[in-house]
Amino acid sequence: MSRIVIDIRNKAYPATHGSAGHVAIKNLRFELDAGEFVCLVGPSGCGKTTLLNLIAGLDRHFEGAIKADGVGEMLRIAYMFQNPRLLPWRTVRENIDLALPAGQDGKEVDHLLDVMGLAQSQGQYPERLSLGMSRRVALVRAFAIQPTLLLMDEPFVSLDAPTARRVRQLLIRVWQERPHTVLFVTHDLREAITLADRLLFLSAPPASLLHEVTVDIPRSAREDEAEVEAFRNRLVTGHPEISELL
Amino acid sequence: MRSALPHPIFSSLFFLALWQGLAVLLVSPALPAPEAVFRVLYGEIESGQLPYHLGMTLARLSVSFMLAMGLGSLIGIFLGQHEKLDRFFDNWLVISLNVPALVTIILCYVWFGLTEVAAIAAVVANKLPNVVVTVREGARALDRDLLEMAQAYRFGRWKTLLHVIWPQLFPYLIGAARTGIALIWKIILVVELLGRSNGMGYQLHLFFQMFNVAGILAYTIAFVTVIQLIEAVVLKPLDRHAKRWRR
Repeated sequence: MSRIVIDIRNKAYPATHGSAGHVAIKNLRFELDAGEFVCLVGPSGCGKTTLLNLIAGLDRHFEGAIKADGVGEMLRIAYMFQNPRLLPWRTVRENIDLALPAGQDGKEVDHLLDVMGLAQSQGQYPERLSLGMSRRVALVRAFAIQPTLLLMDEPFVSLDAPTARRVRQLLIRVWQERPHTVLFVTHDLREAITLADRLLFLSAPPASLLHEVTVDIPRSAREDEAEVEAFRNRLVTGHPEISELL
Repeated sequence: MRSALPHPIFSSLFFLALWQGLAVLLVSPALPAPEAVFRVLYGEIESGQLPYHLGMTLARLSVSFMLAMGLGSLIGIFLGQHEKLDRFFDNWLVISLNVPALVTIILCYVWFGLTEVAAIAAVVANKLPNVVVTVREGARALDRDLLEMAQAYRFGRWKTLLHVIWPQLFPYLIGAARTGIALIWKIILVVELLGRSNGMGYQLHLFFQMFNVAGILAYTIAFVTVIQLIEAVVLKPLDRHAKRWRR
């Protein structure tokens, strides 16, 4: 596994007849260590989704570079979008299998479905699933391809609190089984502290790196809400510019 | 409603009774009784006349149907994805949608002669704009989110086409096919009437000249039955298959 360097000098949307053009990202540079869980925190509409699309290669119109500095290693990227984006005309299992790279067998998928409590539902069509289940399917799809980099774009918004907590625990559990780099975008600071090794704070647009914090709460204490809350308070009082953002 | 009108079969029976009543009342060669029509139908089937002409018409129908669907889908998908070309050719489409069927038929016969090719071309030309418009609608409505997902997970061209694009276009294609059959079989009779020496249209023309209303009605019944059968046996099941994943 390798370190990933993200260096975006300029990402602008040109003006179209519908809207004025604007600069979404300006001079944003950071690195992701191998196996690190990084949360990207910033206000809504600050270009977080744009950034993930650039990293995923969905949008190639920008100045800068995104590269892994391992030796001749290809990045295998999984992307968990804000909405599950499952193909409604394919079953749960087919949705996952379709994403698998050629030559990978389904053993890992079986295991992940088991962990996520979806083994019973693999023959179902996505429209029959609840939102929480669809999100879990999308999570299985992302993990199943055994990525070197997993991108997550506010994947747990609009889930009720207990469901979100449960899916977050599952996420950490499968991530610890096979560690790989995760870049997790959120605007919920508590969620970020619960999950991340390191927090990156983005400014209002054009997005650039505002601040960087290592979360030193041990993984075993992350479920302790008082601990997370205390960390959050220290952070917000120590850095007033962060509380302004959120 | 259900208790008042119990079953569709009763409405058919009522229709037959009405027909019979009118025929008895009028006693005119312009409206033969159902029984006379079914006798003619039976005779025509037994003599092999009806199967021959019906077969010719169905052959033309299937060839022109497939051509119109194939070409129309290709053009529709293409226009749906290229906005500029779409805007350029939009006027052409609107015009061709509004050219009367009879005009295209006459022009085809004038330009290509009274040949089979001209007949097929006339039907295809009439149906094509319809397919293009319907499929174009589908291609425009393709879900960008899912296309991005396919790109992010490196589906590749073939997988994307088969699993992401095709299922989204399928309902539109079925829609085009269903309205297509209904349109084509009406036009094809006119094409045959004007320039062919066999097929349903030609036969109906003969019956018209001989004032054989029973013959006309007998052929109509046979034709409607076959078209309904195609709808029920082929198109409806395809439609159901396409919708199986819906809640």
